Amino acid sequence: MKPAAMRLEDIEVRHADKTILRVPHLSVEKGEVLTLIGPNGAGKSTLLQVLGLLQTPSRGNVYFGGERVTGSSDLVALRRRLALIFQEPLLFRGTVLENVTLGLRLRKVPQNEIRERAELWLAKLNIAHLAKRSVAKLSVGEAQRVNLARSMVLNPEVFLLDEPFASLDPPAHDSMVEELQNILGETKTTVIFATHNRTEAQSFGDRLAVMIDGQIVQIAPPGRVFSHPANRDVANFLGLGTIAGGRVLNSTNGTSNVAIAGHQITVDGKYRPGEELLLYISPEDITVLLPESSSNLTAETNVIGGTVSTVTPIETQFKIIVDCGFAVTVVLSKRSFLDLSLAKGKKVLLALEPGAVHIIPNRHGQKS
Amino acid sequence: MFRSFNGLCALLFVFFADGMTNKARATETREDRVLILATTTSSQDSGLLDLLLPHFQEKTGYLVKTIAVGSGQALAIGRRGDADVLLVHAPDEEKMFIANGHGVERRSFMYNYFVLAGVFEDPAGVSKAKSMPEAFRRIADSKTLFLSRGDESGTHIMEQRLWHRAGVRPSGRWYQQSGQGMGPTLIIASEKQAYVLTDRSTYLRLKKRIGLKVLLDEDSELLNIYSLIRVNPQKSSRINVAGGKAFFDFMLSRETMKRIETFGVEKFGEPLFGLIKQ
Amino acid sequence: MDLIWQGFVEASRLLVTGDAQVLTIVGLSLRVSLTATLASLILGVPTGIALGLSRFRGRRFIVSLVNVGMGLPPVVVGLMVAIMLWRSGPFGFLGIMYSPLAIIIAQTFIAFPIVTALTLATIQQLNPKIRLQILALGASKWQMFWILVGEAKLAILAATIAGFGAVISEVGASMMVGGNILGQTRVLTTATVMETGKGNFEVALALSTILFALAYSVTLALTLIQQRERPL
Repeated sequence: MKPAAMRLEDIEVRHADKTILRVPHLSVEKGEVLTLIGPNGAGKSTLLQVLGLLQTPSRGNVYFGGERVTGSSDLVALRRRLALIFQEPLLFRGTVLENVTLGLRLRKVPQNEIRERAELWLAKLNIAHLAKRSVAKLSVGEAQRVNLARSMVLNPEVFLLDEPFASLDPPAHDSMVEELQNILGETKTTVIFATHNRTEAQSFGDRLAVMIDGQIVQIAPPGRVFSHPANRDVANFLGLGTIAGGRVLNSTNGTSNVAIAGHQITVDGKYRPGEELLLYISPEDITVLLPESSSNLTAETNVIGGTVSTVTPIETQFKIIVDCGFAVTVVLSKRSFLDLSLAKGKKVLLALEPGAVHIIPNRHGQKS
Repeated sequence: MFRSFNGLCALLFVFFADGMTNKARATETREDRVLILATTTSSQDSGLLDLLLPHFQEKTGYLVKTIAVGSGQALAIGRRGDADVLLVHAPDEEKMFIANGHGVERRSFMYNYFVLAGVFEDPAGVSKAKSMPEAFRRIADSKTLFLSRGDESGTHIMEQRLWHRAGVRPSGRWYQQSGQGMGPTLIIASEKQAYVLTDRSTYLRLKKRIGLKVLLDEDSELLNIYSLIRVNPQKSSRINVAGGKAFFDFMLSRETMKRIETFGVEKFGEPLFGLIKQ
Repeated sequence: MDLIWQGFVEASRLLVTGDAQVLTIVGLSLRVSLTATLASLILGVPTGIALGLSRFRGRRFIVSLVNVGMGLPPVVVGLMVAIMLWRSGPFGFLGIMYSPLAIIIAQTFIAFPIVTALTLATIQQLNPKIRLQILALGASKWQMFWILVGEAKLAILAATIAGFGAVISEVGASMMVGGNILGQTRVLTTATVMETGKGNFEVALALSTILFALAYSVTLALTLIQQRERPL
C-alpha cells in the first residue's frame, strides 16, 4: 500500500500553558485535496504550519511520504518538497519574475530550466504580461497570482494554502478558486487548503475537515459534513441548517416519531418515548411545494407547512426562512425560487427528504 | 560601479581589506623599535620636536609616537606605564614622580620663562608691579578678568604658587579656568581680554593672532624648566628601555643642544628656549 | 567672514598642489572611517536582523540599550576603548593603542548601535509572516539572511549614511585612542582641533572645508544609490 502523502500522529502544539492544536491522527493521501474549515483561532494555520514543517509540534510525529520527519536535521531539504502560501501575497522587492523564480534560485536550479518553468507558470496564471513589473505596482489579485505562481513553479509534492483568497473581492475570489481547481486538476498535487468560506468548503475538496478549538471535530467528504454535522458546534459554524429540539412520541420498526412545535417528524433510529432530541435539518435537502401540489407526496415523506418569513439571496441561490412554528432554513436554487414565485408571506409546504433530518449527538458524541 | 547596491558592497569591501592590511603596516615596525613619548601640547606646538625627532628617527631607526597632552595627563600616562619617556615641565610633580618610583632617570635640559600677558590697556596696572606676586595681587584687588589653565600643567602649578605668594586665594567671576593647553588658553584670553600667565615660546608663536602684550617678564623666579624622564621599566614588560636610553642620549647630545639653542631665531628673532648646562 | 573664504582658498590650494601632509591626513581619515563603517555594517546588520525577528524575555531591554548606544558621545566611547587598549588594560598585550586600528575599533563601536537600531526598526516593520514565507520557499538560514537584507536595503543604506557621518566627523574618540600622531593617526578632525589650538585658523578652516567636502561626496554617492533603490 502506498504511504500517505502526509501523516500526523498524536500531534500537540502548546504555547505557554495552552494547547492550541491537538490532532491524534490525520492522514492525507497522495493527490487528495483536503479542505480545512473553522472559525478564527481554530488552529487551521497552526496545523498547516506543522504540516509544512515550519513549526515543530510540542509532541507527536509528522510523516512525509512514509518517513518520519519531526525534528529532522535536514528540514530545509524536506521543506523544498513542499509549498505554503498565505493570505497576504508577501512578495519581495523586485519584479514579478524575480519573485516567481526565487524558489528555483534558492534550489540552485539551472538557469535555462528556471526560465522555462517560470514562463510556463506565468502563462498558466495569466500574468505573463506582468513579468517585468515591479511588485509595488500590482493589484491585490495580481499579487496573489504571483504568489501562487511562485509556489506552483516549484512543483511541490504537497501544496498548503492558508486562506489564500480571503482578501480578494467576490468576483476575483470566485474566479481564482475556479482557476485553482482547474490547475490542481491537471497537476494532481496533494493539496491542503484552509478557508472560512463555506462555498469553497462545499465545492473545493475531496474531504472537508472541520476544526474547532484546535481539534479536528469532523472529517468527511463535504456533502456528508454539511448534511450530517457531527455536533452542535459544527452545525452552528456551518451555519445554514436548522437546529431544533423535539420530543420522541413513539418508536416502531427502526424509526421514531418526534414532535416539534406541533408537527410530527419521522427520523431513523430507535429512541425512547419522552426523550428529548436535538435535530438538524439540512437546508438543501428540503423540497419546497405549494399547498396545491401536495398530491405528489408519498406517505414516507415528512411534510410540514409554514409561511415564508424572510428571503435572502446568497450567491447563486436563495435562502428562505419558513416559519413552521419553528424557524426552518431552506436553501434552494434561483430557478426553483422563481418557478414557485416565492415571497415573504407565502404559504408553503416543506417536504423533508429522507436524508434531511439528522440527530445531533450531545457533547459526548452519544445520540442521546 | 556606483550604480547598484552590490557595487557599493564591493567597493566598501575593498576599503575594508585595504584598511585591515594597512593596520599591518602601522605595526610592521617591530614593537621594540617603537618609542612612545608623552609630552605637553606646548612642547609639541613649539615645533621643537618636529625639528628634532626626524633626526633621532633617522639616526637610531626608532619610530617615535608623540602623544601631546597636558603635563598632568603626561605624568599619568607615565604612571600607567603607557609611555616610555616623558618630556614635561612641572618640576615639583616630576620630583614626586621619581620619588614614588615611577621614573628611573630625570634630566632637566632646557628652559624658558613664564610671562604675564594682557591687553595693551593694562587695566590692573601690572606693568607697574615690581614682582609677579605683586602683579597678581593687583589683578585680584581690581577683580580684573584672569584666565587660568586650570589643568594641573606646569604652567598652572607655577600660577598657583604665585597666587600663594601673593597671599590671595583666587575665586569669583573674574577668575576663570580653561582646562586646556597653552595655545587654546591664550586664544580664549585674547577673546575675553583677560590676563594670562604663559610661557614665552607659546606667546611668541601666537603673538600675531592675539591682542595681548607681555606686561611682565624676566623674573628669574619664573623659570619654566623642561625635563626628560625615563619611565620605570618595572611597570610593564613593554617599556622600551633601550629606546628610552637612546632618546636620552640623543636629546642631551651636543648636536641636539646646538639645534635647541638656535631654534626660533629665524622666525621670532630670539631663541625660544635656553639650555641648561649638563 | 573673510576668514572663511580664505579657508576655502587655502583648502583648494592644499589639494591642488597635493600637499603631502594634507593628503596623508585625508587618506587616513577616509580609510579609517570607511573601514569602521563597513565593520559596523558587518556586525550591525545581522544583529539588527536577529533582534528584529526575535522574541525573548529581556528583548525590549536589549533594544533600549541599542537605542541609547546611538547617542553615545564619541569621547566616552574613546575613553572606554582606551581603557581596554592601553598597556595596563586587558588588551594591552595587543599593542594597538595609538594606531589607526585603535581608531577603527573605537569608531566601529560608535557606528554599530546606529546600524543595528536602523536595521532592527525596519525588520520589525515587516509582516511577521515573512519569515515563515521565506522558510516555506525552501530557504536555508543563510539564504533567509540575504533575502531579509534585500528587503531592508533602503534602511541599511540609511544606516550606512548615518554611521559614516557619525564617524567621519567625530574627534573625541580619535584623539583619545589615536593620539593625533603626525603621519600615523592624525585625521582631519584631530588636525583641525590642533591647528585651531595653535591659532592657525586658515589651516583649520581649510581642513574643515576639506572634511566637509569629503563627507558630502561620500554621503551624496550613498544617497544616489539609495534613491535608485526606491520602488518607483
